[in-house]
Amino acid sequence: MPRAAISPENAIEISGLRFGYGSHGDILAIPELEVRSSQRVFVHGPSGCGKSTLLAMIGGVLAPCAGAVAILGEDLSGMTSAARDRVRADHIGFIFQQFNLVPYLSVVENVSLPCRYSRRRLRRAVKADGSLEKSAARLLSALGIGAALRSRKSTDLSVGQQQRVAAARALIGRPELVIADEPTSSLDADRRREFIDLLLSECGRAGSTVVFVSHDASLAPHFDIAVDLQLSNAAAPHADAA
Amino acid sequence: MQMLHNTGNAISLVFKSLMNRRATTALTVASIAVSAGLLSVVERVRTDTQTSFANTISGADLIIGARSGDLNLLLYSVFRIGNPTNNIAWSSYEKIGARPEVDWTIPFSLGDAHRGYRVLATDLGYFAHYRYADRRELEFRKGGPFSAASDAVIGAEVAERLGYDVGREIIVSHGLTETSFLTHDEDPFTVTGILARTGTPVDRTVHISLSGMDLIHSDGGGRALAPVAGYEPEQITAFLVGLKSKISIFALQRYANEFEDEPVTAVIPGVALQQLWSLIRVAEYALFGVSAMVVLASALGLLATLLVSLNERRREMSVLRSVGARPGDIFALLLSEAVMLAFLGALAGLLLIQIGIVAIRPFALTEFGIQLSVGLRAFDFYVLAGIIGIAVLVSVIPAWRAYRNSLADGLTVRL
Repeated sequence: MPRAAISPENAIEISGLRFGYGSHGDILAIPELEVRSSQRVFVHGPSGCGKSTLLAMIGGVLAPCAGAVAILGEDLSGMTSAARDRVRADHIGFIFQQFNLVPYLSVVENVSLPCRYSRRRLRRAVKADGSLEKSAARLLSALGIGAALRSRKSTDLSVGQQQRVAAARALIGRPELVIADEPTSSLDADRRREFIDLLLSECGRAGSTVVFVSHDASLAPHFDIAVDLQLSNAAAPHADAA
Repeated sequence: MQMLHNTGNAISLVFKSLMNRRATTALTVASIAVSAGLLSVVERVRTDTQTSFANTISGADLIIGARSGDLNLLLYSVFRIGNPTNNIAWSSYEKIGARPEVDWTIPFSLGDAHRGYRVLATDLGYFAHYRYADRRELEFRKGGPFSAASDAVIGAEVAERLGYDVGREIIVSHGLTETSFLTHDEDPFTVTGILARTGTPVDRTVHISLSGMDLIHSDGGGRALAPVAGYEPEQITAFLVGLKSKISIFALQRYANEFEDEPVTAVIPGVALQQLWSLIRVAEYALFGVSAMVVLASALGLLATLLVSLNERRREMSVLRSVGARPGDIFALLLSEAVMLAFLGALAGLLLIQIGIVAIRPFALTEFGIQLSVGLRAFDFYVLAGIIGIAVLVSVIPAWRAYRNSLADGLTVRL
């Protein structure tokens, strides 16, 4: 598949998106959503409003029932699941709420993991820092994980440290898009602000677009724009109905 | 190409993952090792037993003894297992041996023992005509054949275990047990020769002349004067026959089986051995069946281990998915894990039994006369390949489940 050299204006473009399981009706319906490149987007809303489903769409793990989801100008809805997997591997870094790390790998191995599955990100990491190890080390120290921790097993780290390792992993090989799904909900308030600052500054340096999902609306001021998914999702159960 | 990439990726992850679960990994590997080792050992003992038996006698066309079962005759005459039922007259031996188709004969007279080792009285034809393995002749490691009635030639193992050397005087006891009451202690024999090792019952035999045997059972006296060559006892236990041409085997066998002077039995060694194999084949099948069941049990153990690990590892799988692993990578991960466990287990089992065989080898040789061989064989590679194949088949189930899970769970597992 020839991949066009893309520098699209929009990192994410969603139109007429609908998704549901069988006859239970839609759980996600987004008429229009655009995220411009290098933008920092805050997506919030209560649990059950379709955040995870939306991220699964953007990550190409789920395919929409109708409508289009374009990542960096490539429409996922027309692709095979293998092609969607490839887009995710090459262009998207993920950070989750917890259990981000593979327990039997060291910190550095965890950070390097995406480059096992994406040659593109491996090339970019090597190009940026000379080698994959150096790239991982640079990101880890930028995120405050010192050299002493790098060869440790990931399970030896505190939760806050694990989240920062996950952020380094999401950023390795400079993917165009970083998606963070409630990455701070297991951190206390101080750590939360520190983590968001580190993440956003590193994403800024890498030029990555950030989609940050949280139920905590108080985090919104850190971002360029905020999307209330409960309002954007026409299929979301409304607060008064719930 | 993609599959290759998937597998290459999987193997380095699999190794670390398995190391992370050392205890279960070790147990699974151990159970596979036991099954591989058992299967290999059963086959090895089977073929080594057959080879050891088949190697014991070579070149003799017929074994002729008093009327009895074919197998019984073969076992007591050549393998020194069990006891002769009856003797045959020397005249019968001479009469059959004088047939024109007969090339040579070796008379056997059994019944005595020396410290648990059987005593075989024979004539000098034994050293000239007896063949073992691939028509190999008996060789002397030291000394030479008996020349007097009081001379004895001992097998390699007798010499080794009892520490005997040429010139040593030994006492032969009547009967076969080590603690026989009747010892002919007034009749010592002198070791004149030690045979080179053959890996057959010859190694565990004390050879004396027919005159020596007869005179220790008579009242003694003048035995030193009794001639070895040309001595004619009244009866012998059995004799081996070599023919000038193989074509006359059946004719002579029929002649012997219809012998008029007394009832005798003539058996073709190879045919009697086949009877022996068909007799023990049932036991072999049973052993193989049991080993196959053990392999099956260890395969089920592997399956159980993999299935249990799936639930623990759901998060790990979705993390891998989020960093770009395709469902096919997850499938390959599980498959590679099973293959690696099977490979390590089978290899460990096959190598450990080599050590085991080295350890029990002397025992198997002295107690059962079976020469166990060391070293990997073609069959061992079949075992290795077979176990890996079974592991692949079995692991398709958990691999498929992991694949389905990874599709259903997507990137976020809510556990």
